[in-house]
Amino acid sequence: MKRHSLSTRLWHWLNLLCVVVLFMSGLTISNAHRRLYWGDWGFDASHAWLLVPRFPDWMTIPGHYSLAVARDWHILMAWPFALGLLFMWIAMLANGHFRRDVATSAAEWHPIAVARDIAEHLKLKFDHADGKYNFLQKLAYGAVLGVFLPMMVFTGISISPGMEPTFGWLVELLGGHQSARSLHFIFAFALFAFFIVHGLLVVLSGPIRQVRDMITGGSIDEA
Amino acid sequence: MKRRSVLAGLGALWVAGCNKVADSNAGSKLLSAAERWHKGAHRLLTDRDALAPEYPRSAVSPFFRGNGSTDPRNDDYPRHVEEGFANWRLEVRGLVENPLSLSLDNLRRLPQRTQVTRHDCVEGWSAIGEWTGPQLSLLLDAARLKPEARFIVFRCADDHKGTRYYESVDLIDAYHPQTIVAHLLNGEPLPVRNGAPLRMRVERQLGYKHAKYVTAIEAVASLDEIGGGQGGYWEDRSGYQWYAGI
Repeated sequence: MKRHSLSTRLWHWLNLLCVVVLFMSGLTISNAHRRLYWGDWGFDASHAWLLVPRFPDWMTIPGHYSLAVARDWHILMAWPFALGLLFMWIAMLANGHFRRDVATSAAEWHPIAVARDIAEHLKLKFDHADGKYNFLQKLAYGAVLGVFLPMMVFTGISISPGMEPTFGWLVELLGGHQSARSLHFIFAFALFAFFIVHGLLVVLSGPIRQVRDMITGGSIDEA
Repeated sequence: MKRRSVLAGLGALWVAGCNKVADSNAGSKLLSAAERWHKGAHRLLTDRDALAPEYPRSAVSPFFRGNGSTDPRNDDYPRHVEEGFANWRLEVRGLVENPLSLSLDNLRRLPQRTQVTRHDCVEGWSAIGEWTGPQLSLLLDAARLKPEARFIVFRCADDHKGTRYYESVDLIDAYHPQTIVAHLLNGEPLPVRNGAPLRMRVERQLGYKHAKYVTAIEAVASLDEIGGGQGGYWEDRSGYQWYAGI
């Protein structure tokens, strides 16, 4: 049996491409108005809860300040990103990947089990006999697939004025247009944090094998 | 510092790749196709008359920021400000059977719509204001659109960075019930900053569609011959999306 199914591998790399372009073009969009607000409206510093630093050109798409071009990229990549996520969820539910590898059991939430898992992680011991992923991994993948990535889609829809006549309830649920914009930013950086930790752990746990298996699928007995 | 420059180098390489894609023929076609997919999805999911949210009067922001032109100095505009816009005319022209030339008094005597709505700038800020004016559909019906009319162009009085501002919408947004020619903001005549004496409200799209200092409403069959051909000032100048509902 393959360690990673074809659907997982396809989605993983497509999603990486989308997230990188969306994040970097998003930094340009952030540079256009570097303040975040809660509620429906906000336009000056007195209402802002955060003044976002200006992101330098080398971090942004395009490599100079152009809100129009950044929006072009953002608008394009939103499609494969959102449809890809939908595809991954359908595939993950259909092939049992979610139930088998991502969903947690009540026993795993026991404080002693959680503490042991954290301790093992801190010792950089990644061998785990039962199941592919340990508790912290399941939690991280579950949060990314179930919360961070979908929230990028939902908050993104909410800040589109053309979507609001239909999705006004969603905007209200998120606390208003500017709150949705703030949440879009917060979840983007939550994903960025995951990206860093995920990359770091791949490097620490045998990067060549990890990346190769995410391309070829690998085999389960090797894991 | 070294790691930083490696990162910067990788970033530059990646960004250069993206720019190459965007500049290529296929790439730019793909980027503008994505805009149409969004518009298609919005139109599919949203009834053509579905309203943008309206707020209670108490939700009005303490100040309504102005962007772009906030104090036009070109041509006759300063004189109109001095005259209190007593001689301002709004023309309805182009592909219409019955061209109109209206004074502010004419517009004030028409049935009015008042709406408290949120204005979202493409940059990311928002403000809530109460706008009052006749619906654009009223003017278009009075002027009787010819069947070949497909877009409505808003002509403006302000030169922004040396070029006359203009915008355009399709007939779905032109006939939308919340699309009004506003002459009041929060019950007062529009401040110059917000487009005195007349500005468009196109509530389901971003701020740059809401043309200010409007002098004429023009029905056309195609946008190709207007301005730079992209349908609006910012569309021509910087490549902003013509469909600004995203």
